[in-house]
Amino acid sequence: MTSAAQEAGTNVSTLESPGAEAIPEPKKFAMVASKGGLDEVYPILIMGSTAAALGWDVRVFCTFYGLDLVNKKRQKKLKVSAVGNAASPPPINGLEIKVPTIIGMLPGMNSVATWMLKNWMKSSNIPTFEELYDTCIESGVQFYACATTLGVMNVDMDDIVEGASCLGATAFLDFASEADVALFV
Amino acid sequence: MTVQMEADKVLDCTGLLCPIPVIKTSQAIKEVEVGEILHMIATDPGAPPDMEAWSRQTGHELVDNTEEDGKYLFWFKRTR
Repeated sequence: MTSAAQEAGTNVSTLESPGAEAIPEPKKFAMVASKGGLDEVYPILIMGSTAAALGWDVRVFCTFYGLDLVNKKRQKKLKVSAVGNAASPPPINGLEIKVPTIIGMLPGMNSVATWMLKNWMKSSNIPTFEELYDTCIESGVQFYACATTLGVMNVDMDDIVEGASCLGATAFLDFASEADVALFV
Repeated sequence: MTVQMEADKVLDCTGLLCPIPVIKTSQAIKEVEVGEILHMIATDPGAPPDMEAWSRQTGHELVDNTEEDGKYLFWFKRTR
């Protein structure tokens, strides 16, 4: 009986693929990027590049302010907002620094907050936005520009980075409905 | 006791944080032949659970791992 079962097993595997296991379909990862702050797009790039390194099929739907992620003119100028984040600034070397909210409203404070974030990333050996974005592209992460946002914000497809195509919510949900992981950022 | 395993390639990710060690490991594993060993060194405190998960997700076998002088050492065998 055992040998018969083994024989049957052998036959089945021979039929499927001689000598090699079938390559499993990659996991699907759907992300919606809805925000355009530098600190808000970093997690998308980190999650996306990591998942792509695992061999997953990663697709990012850039909508509302998240469209800046694929906007040629704005992609390299993403900033951190100095107001509206109660957790900011984080402790630096364990030191709690209190900055009154009104300071964050002064002109130029967004640039200061942006400079600080970039500095922390650099001192921790975290790649820059450009490096992480390029890693995503090289490893096959697919970015989509939300069709509605293009219209609302009057952004032309000529302003969208190469490789990112225009997509509607329905088409993206079609992919997301079969995704193993779906995140809204 | 640490057995220093023979490796066909060494990847030093000392000082690098997530996601770089995982990305570099995914690239480096393609530079060894199937059945060969990639030795990876990391200091990222997230590396032990991350690299175990990487092994599970990619199917490349985590043959051995250990911690030595604050460094996490991994040996992966390319399986496909």
